[in-house]
Amino acid sequence: MITYALRRVLLAIPIVLLTITVCFFILRLAPGGPFDGERALPVNVLRNLRAHYNLDQPLIVQFFIYLGGVLQGDFGPSMVMEDFTVSRLLAIGLPFTLTLGFSAFVIGTVAGFIAGALAAVNQNKWPDYLLVFVVLLPLIIPNFLMANLAQLLFGVYLHWLPVGGYRPGQIINLVMPVIILSLPHGARVARLVRGSMIEVLGTNYIRTARSKGLGPALILTRHAIKPALLPVVSYLGPGLSYLLTGSLVVEQVFALPGIGKYFITAALNRDYGLVLGTTILYVFIILALNLIVDILYAYLDPKVRLR
Amino acid sequence: MKITQVLKAVATAGALALFMVSAASAVTLNLGNGSEPGSLDPHKANGDWENRIVGEYLEGLVAEDIQANPIPGQAESWTISDDGTVYTFKLRADAMWSDGKPVVAQNFVDAFQRLFDPKTAAEYAYLQFPIKNSTKIAGGEITDFSQLGVKAVDDHTLEITLEASTPFFLQALTHYTAFPIRKDVIEKFGDQWTQPGNIVGNGPYKITEWVPGSYIKAVKSDTYYGKDKLKIDEIMFENTEDLTAALNRYRNGELDILTDFPADQYQFLKDNYPGQAHVAPFLGVYYYVMNQSKPPLNDVNIRKALSISVLRDVIGPDVLGTGELPAYGWVPPGTGNFEGEAYLPAWSKEPYDQRVTEAKALMAAAGYSPEKPLKLQLRYNTNENHQRIAVAISDMWKQIGVEVELFNAETPVHYDALNAGDFQVGRAGWLLDYNDPSNTLDLLKTGVKGTDGTVNWGNNYGRYSNPKFDDLLAQASKELDLTKRGGLLHQAEATAMDEFATIPIYWYVSKNVVSPKITGFEDNAKDINRVRWMSKSE
Repeated sequence: MITYALRRVLLAIPIVLLTITVCFFILRLAPGGPFDGERALPVNVLRNLRAHYNLDQPLIVQFFIYLGGVLQGDFGPSMVMEDFTVSRLLAIGLPFTLTLGFSAFVIGTVAGFIAGALAAVNQNKWPDYLLVFVVLLPLIIPNFLMANLAQLLFGVYLHWLPVGGYRPGQIINLVMPVIILSLPHGARVARLVRGSMIEVLGTNYIRTARSKGLGPALILTRHAIKPALLPVVSYLGPGLSYLLTGSLVVEQVFALPGIGKYFITAALNRDYGLVLGTTILYVFIILALNLIVDILYAYLDPKVRLR
Repeated sequence: MKITQVLKAVATAGALALFMVSAASAVTLNLGNGSEPGSLDPHKANGDWENRIVGEYLEGLVAEDIQANPIPGQAESWTISDDGTVYTFKLRADAMWSDGKPVVAQNFVDAFQRLFDPKTAAEYAYLQFPIKNSTKIAGGEITDFSQLGVKAVDDHTLEITLEASTPFFLQALTHYTAFPIRKDVIEKFGDQWTQPGNIVGNGPYKITEWVPGSYIKAVKSDTYYGKDKLKIDEIMFENTEDLTAALNRYRNGELDILTDFPADQYQFLKDNYPGQAHVAPFLGVYYYVMNQSKPPLNDVNIRKALSISVLRDVIGPDVLGTGELPAYGWVPPGTGNFEGEAYLPAWSKEPYDQRVTEAKALMAAAGYSPEKPLKLQLRYNTNENHQRIAVAISDMWKQIGVEVELFNAETPVHYDALNAGDFQVGRAGWLLDYNDPSNTLDLLKTGVKGTDGTVNWGNNYGRYSNPKFDDLLAQASKELDLTKRGGLLHQAEATAMDEFATIPIYWYVSKNVVSPKITGFEDNAKDINRVRWMSKSE
């Protein structure tokens, strides 16, 4: 078990290195640079700026300077948010993005599970139709539109929740963003649960349970939920990484700090350091979550360990 | 849920509410500030959203009044020598930094030396280039900073010597590039000196919190000489990059002022929030630049045909919906030191049909017609409004025999292409840094040849070049008589515009939304509204 986990960790190292290399060079190939703005900079200013960020060195030298920094945990300066280093921005944004993503994950998973189960139990009756329709909405309507509609309804018209912004310690500012973020995730979970639950409810052992006189509630809790959960569990890993890396729209619309927002700003402004920093972090998150899921699988299914 | 749990939740909520009520007793201005500040360092800042913050935590020799005109700031008075080249400032005795140290003349000397130091690489250093030897220091020709024309005579007297008389110099001093700094603080904290906790300022407010991507908080400074007159206790500079969401926050009462709003919401705001949307003339021009370094746009007749066939009257009211005024000249109306009649070409008064006929004839003479059109690429940076205008104008050009290919790119890519001269027609805009016509006219000066043989065209993307124009600007820069100088600049403007150096399209407007709770917000051509003049009623 431990050797399996170690092997996976070692395999992750070349993936990270490859990502850094590819991203580094693709970014430099993209037209435009961090100092192309509405106004042309005086030549000497530009020269000084480029020297300050080592951009005057040959590309390959820049790459090794950067790589050397990353290995020591230094992601370099941000070229657009000049008062911060990339590491500091990530340190500010990450806890926030994690809070947002994990809250949305828990809420979306629980709500999606309940909705899916309800729909399955009432298959082809009106609660099923209603839920299938409702669940479809967050999958069809883009996140930003959903966010704007929610702002209008719950903020501007009903005055229940603040429309946006962030104040340390005030959870109420997070209610709307978390729910909006959790909706597509919840919808996917609901569809998965409904499908697998319907399949489980049609199996012979459920019929046996019913014929021996068990009530519907007992059948559900004792026999149906566990097997119905399996496909959902395999989705949760990618689902969580999607939530953690997909918070950018919500962070932008609700004016929240967070690495998603930094990622957009950085990419649009060719802030090489910040784009690379956020990308590396995203890769880490995705690799770590996949690793956890795989190790869990290995724990559950010995066949995986042998492969 | 158990009863005890419910009780606990209610008690917590109640305590929270109480806490919020007690915190709300301070008067807080919630300002929708637009983008995320790139830097609060006055030598690195470069946007109006940064100016709003920097101008509250720092104050220069000269500050801005409610209409953004220069008034005494850290200097209580000054004298100007007869030839207009030596300014002597007397600093206020009660001017203090937020850590309690007095503001002394040396702080300004340090600031200007740092501004021009090539190592600082300050983008906006050129605004203070009227100061003696500043250009040479910034260019690395002079390495002895003591030769800079900024001297501390004593702790409270500062002498600034200029290369030549500069009528807009006091205006330039209101800019953040002229603000003082604390050399000791910068040396101690390095790049991190602007972080809350490290930052020291001499303005009315001090920065206490910075959550990048969300907000910056500033509170009244105890050491500011005018602190008793401040009516706002705290400012929240809120990140409002998403304009639609920001408007929703305003409508819900979370923001008191928006510094921009989606143009298509103007009618809605006028109907539902009468008097709150402020649209006012703003010193700036929106224009199309034509690459004159290669055919076909080096032909003045083709440039003329393109310019006169643009029906500018529909752009502001119909395409944008915010009523921007049509632009035919190069210096925005209301610019200072520019008395006299505004440039208005004869063709602008002709009926549009006649202009189109004339444009068709010009194109035909150059060998183009709707059947055999001239193919042009029009570049703009990705933005809904730029796109609308580009579509409208390409339609206007179609009838005179020009087939337009639209090409949009992100801002850095767009300006990279303009700088490199890799375009035919491109969208650009210029907002005045200071209220003087030279600030826009300088954009059309011939590029300067560097020591390595390359020509630096600066912001003259179209490579417009006319020795007569350059000569008029050179004469104006030496002219002490403001009326005569204005005359020369008028001539320069007419020279460039008669040759269709660019296609000016409209004059910018400032777009603010101001809650009726706020008083002390007056629209002005610079769109600078300092919080120290504002108050808020509940």
